[in-house]
Amino acid sequence: MPDATGLELLAAELGDAALETVYFREQATLVVDPPQIRSVLQALRAKGYSFLASVHGVDYYPEEPRLGVLYELLDMSKLDRLTIKLRVPIDAPRVESVTTDWPTADHQEREVYDMFGVVFEGHRDLRRILMPEDYEGHPQRRDFPVGGEPVLFTRDEAKWLERRE
Amino acid sequence: MKREPIAPGVLRVHDLNARQLLRGGILEGANQPAELKGADVESAELERYVGERVLTTTLEKTVAWARSNSFFPLAFGLACCAMEQFQAAGPRMDIARFGFEAFRASPRQADLIILAGRVSIKMAPIIRRLYDQMLEPKWAISMGACCSSMGVFNNYALVPSDKFMPIDVHVPGCPPRPEGLMHGILKLRKMVQDDPDMGWRERYGAVGTEEAPSGA
Amino acid sequence: MSPVPTEPPTLSEYRRGEQSITLAPVEEQLVGVRGETTDELFTLNFGPHHPATHGVLRLLVTLQGEVVRDIKPIIGYVHTGIEKTAEDKAYWKVIPVVERMDYLSYYFNAMAFCGAVERLLEVEVPSRGQYLRVIHLELNRIASHLIWLGTSALDLGASSIFLYCLRERELILDLFEMSSGQRMHTRYFQVGGVIEDIPAGFEPKLREFLKVMPARADEYGAILNSNEIVLQRLRGTCPLDAETLLGLGVTGPLLRAAGNPWDLRKATPYSSYDHFDFKIPVGTVGDNYDRFAVRLAEIYESVHIIEQALDGLPEGPYITEDRKVALPPRHELATSMEALIYHFKLVTEGFRVPPGEVYNPIESPRGELACYVRSDGSSKPARVHMRDPSFVNLQALAHMSRGSYIADMIATTAMLDPILGGIDR
Repeated sequence: MPDATGLELLAAELGDAALETVYFREQATLVVDPPQIRSVLQALRAKGYSFLASVHGVDYYPEEPRLGVLYELLDMSKLDRLTIKLRVPIDAPRVESVTTDWPTADHQEREVYDMFGVVFEGHRDLRRILMPEDYEGHPQRRDFPVGGEPVLFTRDEAKWLERRE
Repeated sequence: MKREPIAPGVLRVHDLNARQLLRGGILEGANQPAELKGADVESAELERYVGERVLTTTLEKTVAWARSNSFFPLAFGLACCAMEQFQAAGPRMDIARFGFEAFRASPRQADLIILAGRVSIKMAPIIRRLYDQMLEPKWAISMGACCSSMGVFNNYALVPSDKFMPIDVHVPGCPPRPEGLMHGILKLRKMVQDDPDMGWRERYGAVGTEEAPSGA
Repeated sequence: MSPVPTEPPTLSEYRRGEQSITLAPVEEQLVGVRGETTDELFTLNFGPHHPATHGVLRLLVTLQGEVVRDIKPIIGYVHTGIEKTAEDKAYWKVIPVVERMDYLSYYFNAMAFCGAVERLLEVEVPSRGQYLRVIHLELNRIASHLIWLGTSALDLGASSIFLYCLRERELILDLFEMSSGQRMHTRYFQVGGVIEDIPAGFEPKLREFLKVMPARADEYGAILNSNEIVLQRLRGTCPLDAETLLGLGVTGPLLRAAGNPWDLRKATPYSSYDHFDFKIPVGTVGDNYDRFAVRLAEIYESVHIIEQALDGLPEGPYITEDRKVALPPRHELATSMEALIYHFKLVTEGFRVPPGEVYNPIESPRGELACYVRSDGSSKPARVHMRDPSFVNLQALAHMSRGSYIADMIATTAMLDPILGGIDR
């Protein structure tokens, strides 16, 4: 990972796109401005971070802006990892898709859409990937209930047969 | 065809011959089985002698015996339990010893569906369709904790298999050992032979303590 | 008997038309009947229930004749909501939940998660614990590759290899049962180390296995490498170059088969992997044969790592001594009051983790497996995300199989080694 100073220099280079830097447990995170994510990733690619390892989402309930999307970048030659974070509010969760530059983000952005509801503009085929196509709700959000079924014991058989009719 | 009438005394002669045969009259010597020495036509010794050598049964029992010894499982594995299902088909816990190694790919040819793994809400209608495509008689074994009850994951994404299809045997475990799966399959085999294994209840004289559906 | 006809039979219009067709070549005969030849694209559904897909993978294959033009994988048929369930449980209890994700490499899932939590807690795993972890991880790698080899050979038609591989896997599962009591999903890795030390008979049994395994791997190689059908199905089929693979985010044996020697055990060593000397098998062309050869060679390397770890196994604690994180040994509960209090707190509530976010990558048999944990200071994680290698590698299937035959697509799916539990989570 770039060390703390390296991270600050990187943030300075990115200018107004970089909102915040976090250096925690020797891992560097850069919080960026959501509309500029694509240009930030392109700039970082030019710096050597050519491998996008993961795109995943987080729900920061109850802090606003609630939904976060994290991009894990890896520089294979310098053995450096960098996390790019962006936060979008829950009532306008729109982020530009990076699939044209990074083909690996295809299924991963669909998963973030499915689980959190973040709409990636420019994604050629944004539909649910893990849940059934007609499912309503975004399961990984913090206010979505875990759900579950009561265990079907034999002694309750009459009750569930009733319910079915 | 012409038949010559038998003189009235001749049949009686045949009958007496038979009785004499059995009583060791003419067959004395090497040919007579020791158990039948002095046996009568309607005696218990004869019954036993015949019973040891001839099997009588009903047609239902024979058919049930044949069906139970040749389950064709559907090659259907969902998740981790499928790995233990492979091990049950493997060389150590050989499922072929019992005759069940013919895993069929097509549900039309299979009669036993072993639900090995967690059933998600997306997969449940597909499993139901597979089960419907199977021909009667068919059985289902729910292998593992996830499909029997909800298992480790009691959440929005899973369905217990009892909700959408009738299951004959539930095999507990996460994942159940191959021995556990075999125990479940053999239990099903006994059920199909119409001789359901009451297990520990039989051994401890506790038949009648099963969980009955409430109100029944 | 009907009377003999006196005049010649009259031919119907149809028969007269028939008689006028000359035996011209097919193209000439069919002109006017078919028009220009049209290529029809045919979509075939490789349903979720299929003997050749590894698990419940659904593929919508667009075919032109027998040639694959496009593949659309549809997943989610074994989606278990593991990440959601993990948010609901204490950190200790998340380990068995997360283990069941990529169900062939269960130790790796636990390692990724435990490593992430250890990083958040800044807890140091003692050396013996690290070596024991390496032994079990490499054993799991061999077991995973054995199932891959068995099922792939089954797909290609060599079904006896399936039974041989299961026989070897039984030996490994016996070892797991010795060390932890369970064959699969063992909960052996805990935050701070491993749950228990290895028992007395483990080392001799492991050494026996290590003697036997390379010979058996030689056998499998000999059988498959001299099988003309397997070679023809694997050599030269569905190659993909390293650059496209990197763009698609593919890591692991698939990337190494294409020539890029990226392995996290060497690049960013974790859990004492830098103490061991092992090679990284790398392919040249990146076709199916290279993927097969790389994985087979990795089995030998894993055996070598386990030998070194066993020879150098240090004495000492197998789990961290920090009582706030790891359970105290049971004999202490009888004598020490603090131990009893720690035990009580850990079992009922669990340890609390300082707030923060951490991404912990490791090298699983399929590629980069990483665990992202966000904690908010309580005893339950706020977000657990597993970056599963199969999920990302699956995107490469379409690129690999475009332009090849359906049979090659089956072989490619087998060589891709997808594990649907990890893909769907």
